[in-house]
Amino acid sequence: MQQSIGGQSKSFSQQFRDPHKARALLRTLERLCDEIGREVAVMHVCGSHEQAIARFGLRSVLPPRLHVIMGPGCPVCVTDEPEVDEAVVLARLGHTITTYGDMVRVPGSVVSLAEAQAQGADVRVIYSATEAVALAARTDREVVFFATGFETTAVATAAVVLADPPRNFSVLSAHKYIPPAMEIVAEMPGTKVEGFLAAGHAAAITGWKIFEPFVRRHRLPVVVGGFEPLDILAALAKLLELIRDGEARVVNAFPRCCTPAGNRPAQALLWRAFEAVGGRWRGIAHIPNSNLRLRDEFAWVDARKRFDLQGGLRQLWSSAAPSALVQQCLCGNIMAGIAGPRDCPLFGKECTPAHPVGACMVSSEGTCKIWSEYGQSIEGFFEQEAVR
Amino acid sequence: MCLGVVGQIVQVDGMVALVDFWGVKKRIRLDLVDEPVQPGDYVLNHVGFAIKRIPDEEVAATLAFYEELIQAEDLMAQDVRTDLQAAG
Repeated sequence: MQQSIGGQSKSFSQQFRDPHKARALLRTLERLCDEIGREVAVMHVCGSHEQAIARFGLRSVLPPRLHVIMGPGCPVCVTDEPEVDEAVVLARLGHTITTYGDMVRVPGSVVSLAEAQAQGADVRVIYSATEAVALAARTDREVVFFATGFETTAVATAAVVLADPPRNFSVLSAHKYIPPAMEIVAEMPGTKVEGFLAAGHAAAITGWKIFEPFVRRHRLPVVVGGFEPLDILAALAKLLELIRDGEARVVNAFPRCCTPAGNRPAQALLWRAFEAVGGRWRGIAHIPNSNLRLRDEFAWVDARKRFDLQGGLRQLWSSAAPSALVQQCLCGNIMAGIAGPRDCPLFGKECTPAHPVGACMVSSEGTCKIWSEYGQSIEGFFEQEAVR
Repeated sequence: MCLGVVGQIVQVDGMVALVDFWGVKKRIRLDLVDEPVQPGDYVLNHVGFAIKRIPDEEVAATLAFYEELIQAEDLMAQDVRTDLQAAG
């Protein structure tokens, strides 16, 4: 049924899941770890990487001295409470809220969108921003797209904003921009990260050269990797080679999708619709130039400028009772790579996928949710650290 | 949500393409794709938008990259074997 590509007889995805090649790459990783001769930690900044690592069971076969830490790569998890609160206020004003699946259950300061929905608000899950626009075209109600995600997702939002959407459509942007967050993580005291695995689809948009200033500033290597098991193993092997040789540079290990300059038409759309401003990443820090907000000329489609949110937010916050559980949540440290889920007193006890306390347990890209679902073997870095 | 999914274009109709994701067909917007596409092309997709056409030669480049890393391993193994033989 599947057509071959490039004259190869295997299907497109089979070529990137070949078990013989995977075993050979694992031997390469083991040799490189032996040559480095000590524990080495690298960080990826992408929920899709974590999902692939967990789904294909890669962590259990990686050399024990190689620690692959998940950084702030889950856009749902880094969406800040006040951003969820804004969506809740808009929902309570009677507008239809559309958003990507996982956002619905993420706790705000007081309630999640799911709880607002249970109280009568109109909240709908969509797969693509185009569905929110199509919904607006079918109704007279105000349709607000609560837009979350990194630059890869933000370009899709930019495309619908620039395609003259209906006047009852607006965007509440919680989009975030990854490169500045990598800077913050690299500068965090206590970080042991010696190299970064960058997300291939984000780099398909931005181009891999975007990481060069980061590499120069921090003297840390960056390898851009894809999402098939072989892509990840190959990218890790390249990263270990660079660490072994003390070489700080960017390597593109995802050549079928990434180029040095990336997708220029998409970048043009992104920066025409959005500008980067400073803002908080949930549990991590205030990060300069890391939040994407619509430019002033698109005020007519910007929910923050179209609707008065302040009164609703004051009312919401005056009713907020600080949760004792939330204060124990370690999501921020987990996303910064300085703690693992097992370090959190709530993990698997008060905080489970059915009853999440923190955002990392909500999102299918959150470290805690993934570790819960795939029963990740967590013997590793953090336990060893705790024992020392 | 943040998954990049590869599919093959079945049909192009203006700014929309019908894309086959290994049996599941979905309509995908072409606003963001980096170059013109036609039926038979593979594209990387994200949240309902094609974001990159994947040329055959770049698939070959990725496979060659794996081989290079694996090849290095085979050479190393050969070195080790030679050393062991010499020592033995």
